[in-house]
Amino acid sequence: MNETVKQTDIQKAILEQQQSEHRKKMILNGVLLVLLLVAPLVMYPVFLMKILCFALFAVAFNLLLGYTGLLSFGHAAFLATGGYTTGYLLSNVPGLSTELGILAGTLMATVLGFGFALLSIRRQGIYFAMVTLALAQLVFFFFVQSSFTGGEDGMQGIPRGELFGLIDLNDNLNLYYFILVVFLACYLLVQRTVGSPFGQVLNAIKQNEPRAISLGYNVNRYKILAFVISAALAGLAGSMKSVVFQLASLNDAHWHTSGEVILMTLVGGAGTLLGPVVGATFVVNVEYQLAQGPLRDWVDPILGGIFVLTVIAFRSGIVGEIQKFMRKNLS
Amino acid sequence: MSMIFGVPVAVLSGQLLIGVINGAFYALLSLGLAVIFGLLKIINFAHGAMYMLGAMVTVIMFDALGVNYWVALFLAPVLVGVFGMLIEYFLLRRITGQDHIYSLLLTFGAALMIQGILTNIYGVSGLRYSIPDLFKGGVNLGFMFLPYYRAWVILVALIVCFGTWFMIEKTKLGAYLRAGTEDAQLMQGFGINVPLLISLTYGFGVMLAAFAGVLAAPIYSVTPVMGSHILIVVFAVVVIGGMGSIGGAIITGVLMGVIEGLTKTFYPPASSAVIFLVMVVVLMFRPAGLFGKEA
Repeated sequence: MNETVKQTDIQKAILEQQQSEHRKKMILNGVLLVLLLVAPLVMYPVFLMKILCFALFAVAFNLLLGYTGLLSFGHAAFLATGGYTTGYLLSNVPGLSTELGILAGTLMATVLGFGFALLSIRRQGIYFAMVTLALAQLVFFFFVQSSFTGGEDGMQGIPRGELFGLIDLNDNLNLYYFILVVFLACYLLVQRTVGSPFGQVLNAIKQNEPRAISLGYNVNRYKILAFVISAALAGLAGSMKSVVFQLASLNDAHWHTSGEVILMTLVGGAGTLLGPVVGATFVVNVEYQLAQGPLRDWVDPILGGIFVLTVIAFRSGIVGEIQKFMRKNLS
Repeated sequence: MSMIFGVPVAVLSGQLLIGVINGAFYALLSLGLAVIFGLLKIINFAHGAMYMLGAMVTVIMFDALGVNYWVALFLAPVLVGVFGMLIEYFLLRRITGQDHIYSLLLTFGAALMIQGILTNIYGVSGLRYSIPDLFKGGVNLGFMFLPYYRAWVILVALIVCFGTWFMIEKTKLGAYLRAGTEDAQLMQGFGINVPLLISLTYGFGVMLAAFAGVLAAPIYSVTPVMGSHILIVVFAVVVIGGMGSIGGAIITGVLMGVIEGLTKTFYPPASSAVIFLVMVVVLMFRPAGLFGKEA
């Protein structure tokens, strides 16, 4: 009798603790949401949208690196494919409403992602990174050679158009809230994916692939699906970016962009939900601040230095290190 | 004038020659990558930067101190090699035992720094370096004109490639190297200084890149970004050849140069992409590469 009472007490205590943790998380999320909602009133919306696009790009990338353990060095291809497709359609199909253009760009990146996945998924670790890098390079040269991309000048003057044919997106605030909604939806999608049974299998693959295979999982199918989701979201980020800046350029397809998204994810914290968002915010800000000041020409070396420092000193990234610190001091 | 598939022989052989020259560089560079990867399991993303450093150091030493080509051919790789060993000692050593991916990211960051700093100092417009006097001019082979310097590049690259392959696969030092990377603890027990061996291997791989850089200085435009593009091509070469396969890297390097040259003759728009296309096809049928063993 006594035993059972004790057990229910313990269960109650655990439940309470979980509830209080959950409450804390909800409060944090609420504060973040309010900040995101009022941010464009105090800051330049285009800059905020740039951060949101790169944050989505990094979140997409993190689904692979952080939650499946696959380092893709070719994600620039999806960003650029999304951007170019959307840009081309919005520029050339009169009356096309913006969300359809973005959807088409996302779809194109999804298809490309499926192709990448089929070719690269059989290789592991660094081999996988090399193969994705080379495939992305192939895409890069395709864009260099194609006339519709505008070559070195990029695709300029992409019309922002109207959302659902109703809401004018040339208004920065309208566009900001649209992108914020899409971003939050994608963030929640990734959160759900990671927490789902599917996400658990991805985690198992990351931890120990041979064991996942021996448990009977068809790991390649899981990896392909994860890759395709990641590519789709990266394409979506690129599509939105081309609408925001009204520009799609070769820069997006260059392998340096693939490196940049790795940096964002790593600095923020791979394998944490908020990490890539923090990392993207950090990197975009560093680039912006440096470009304003006397260190304008030193952006690349400084980013390189941050890279080296992150890999050597804090591999868990900003969010990862904070989580470690909290766990150590609060338990 | 005689034609082959509608292309004049002189044009075709000229492109083939350029292809073989490029191939020689691909071979030297992918050889260094394969040595570093095969023995140390480090993906050296700084390899392009080291190639660039080799060329830059050659030009800078000539401009500042009047150091001639022959001295530079030895001095520049040694200097860059030592620099590489410093990177290994101070940076790469700190992440041994971590996932290989981190070595890729670390060297990527280092390459960004090296390239960015030199770009700030020297710009991207390209430095001038002239062909050594001994190799000015060339010989007419009847069907094509062969500049002496290009012949020299092909010859010396092949000698160095073969020498490296021989050293690693056939000599005692090579056996130590391979054993040290297979079971470091056991080799330590035999009284061999494995960390030193690792530093030397990395330094040697980097030296090969810098050596290619010196060879490239008189014929390619020397800029801080010259290593950035060739690096990705060389990675593709290594993947096609089979990562870590030293002989495979050499053969594939030359082969890819030739294929690139042929593509430039018959269908120029695809010439920069053809190597990546080959890579995709090879991966579909032989995921481990042409000469690689299935992992």
